[in-house]
Amino acid sequence: MFNLRAEIENREWVPWRSFRIATWLGWQIESNWTDPFLFAVYSIVKPLASALILVVMYGVITNGDFTSPLFPYIYLGNAFYMYVGAVMTGVSWSVIDDREHYKTLKYIYTAPVDYMAYLIGRGVARVLTGSFSVLITIGCGVAFLRVPIHVAAIDVPLFGVTLVIGILLLALLGVLLAGLTLVLAHHAGYLGESVAGALYLFSGAIFPLDILPAWLQPIGFLMPITYWLELLRRALIGSVAEAFPTLAGFSNAHLLLILLALTLVFGVVSVLVFRLCDQRARALGLIDQVTNH
Amino acid sequence: MTHSLAIETQDLGRAYKIREAKKKEAKTLVALRDVSLQVPRGELFGLLGPNGAGKTTLIKILTTLLAPTAGWARVAGFDVARAPNQVRPRINMVSGGESSGYGLLTVRENLWMFAQFYGIPTKPANARIDELLATLKMSDRANTKSSDLSTGLRQKTNIARGFLTDPQVLFLDEPTLGLDVGASRDVRAFVRGWINADRARTLLLTTHYMVEADELCDHVAIINQGRVLACDAPANLKQRLQREAIFHLEVSPLKDSVLPMLQALPGVCQVTHHPADDRAALDFILADESVLGAVINTLTQADIRLLRLDKRAPTLEDVFVNLVGRSIEEVERADPSPA
Repeated sequence: MFNLRAEIENREWVPWRSFRIATWLGWQIESNWTDPFLFAVYSIVKPLASALILVVMYGVITNGDFTSPLFPYIYLGNAFYMYVGAVMTGVSWSVIDDREHYKTLKYIYTAPVDYMAYLIGRGVARVLTGSFSVLITIGCGVAFLRVPIHVAAIDVPLFGVTLVIGILLLALLGVLLAGLTLVLAHHAGYLGESVAGALYLFSGAIFPLDILPAWLQPIGFLMPITYWLELLRRALIGSVAEAFPTLAGFSNAHLLLILLALTLVFGVVSVLVFRLCDQRARALGLIDQVTNH
Repeated sequence: MTHSLAIETQDLGRAYKIREAKKKEAKTLVALRDVSLQVPRGELFGLLGPNGAGKTTLIKILTTLLAPTAGWARVAGFDVARAPNQVRPRINMVSGGESSGYGLLTVRENLWMFAQFYGIPTKPANARIDELLATLKMSDRANTKSSDLSTGLRQKTNIARGFLTDPQVLFLDEPTLGLDVGASRDVRAFVRGWINADRARTLLLTTHYMVEADELCDHVAIINQGRVLACDAPANLKQRLQREAIFHLEVSPLKDSVLPMLQALPGVCQVTHHPADDRAALDFILADESVLGAVINTLTQADIRLLRLDKRAPTLEDVFVNLVGRSIEEVERADPSPA
């Protein structure tokens, strides 16, 4: 007879198992598009509308100069920045979702689950839906706004490697926010949006870092997202992206190395902060605290 | 690894620092103090006490959700604070009175997912799910979305989730809270059957229903204000009151001045008052039967009519009243905040 208890106690690969099932759960939640209209609003209309606002603002400020390299710089930066909100906030939001909405956090936490792997798994579905929004936004930019992306000129390996490293980085930053969410019973819901909003300013998403006051620029240079966005632009539109002085002195290989190093640093910090917050939340009795906010 | 004790605690304590708005100094709330318990394997152990007594705090510590601030606790032989990852595969828990679960998943999907978290392969997991749903009379709801279930059925799904992994130690926190009479009876029968089927299983049940504790538990710890006041088999606890005489009286509504007079009578150990619209119920624990005459005299002199009088065997409720000085209802009325 199959022995359930022995099976549970002797099973290995807990992180992989946690990640796999959380990915499945995340997809069930994210793909619960019972209303196609809502799906269209969230995945197509919302990102396109935010891109359009930026385009209109750009058009007004530059008197409609859409041939300037600044336009694809802004457009692509904004498009890829959608991943920041989707992945980073997606990972940390799972804590609030499970704790407040589904009230399952205590059951998952007390199961033989690697909670960090679980959270990252919950973010995978957000990567997929986020990718859809990014793709739609860039596709519309190429088709209707003459964003100069030529398929034959795309540096596919650079794009692929950069995208993967960036998503991993964002997932790890999401883990950091998830840790903070565990100890912030109140107002934790605003945390992801606030951080994503702050990083929007300092990561060169919609303007080169040179535009920032000199004393604020170091913050941008310390943010791995700055290098990630720059590499994505270079992989897609090559020399156009290199037209700006901020990072023009760095080769692609240099930027990739910096991105990798910062990802490693931020990754280690994220894991440490998460573990500390996890211990703190357990000490304070916050793991399953429902605020009903 | 097997251990003769499924649960062991020593001087276990938990205090919370509470900082009130606009006050600089934090207040310390002691939810649990000096709790030392030993629960052998194979036992159905009950924690009995009013809301706010510390039952849920104790369960949270034992299930690794909360760190203790004093003492230590071991579950299935592992320290809950130092080795939570060793404890978790060996336990499971169910909290009553809540609607947890992913509403967009079906009952089967919810249960399958938790089985996966515990590493149970799909085939045996599905067989176990079918078995549990049949036992809980929910087979026809296996493919219903959880959001479409009534509160009672969601609670039953939660109970199925707890039993799904056949844990060494299962924690049930008020499992019948919010269930109707029939469903509560089903759950109690299922719980008793589960523990009887395999003596390697241990179950810790918290409840504030005396009858539930009396009916189900091999041993009961009575807990109030974070302290364990007594711990023994229900029969032994009740045995402590065998020398006393226990009477249940129904009388016309009491005047406020009468209760202190009754409490002051020599030989009246405890009296609890349950007022109703047109009558009042009084439960007496008397040193011996001869005290009853003085009780009835006092009532008669106060123009209180005696409507009914029963002598009865002691219950766990009487044990609680004897230990705490008030009934569970009275304690909960005085401090309605749950812990």
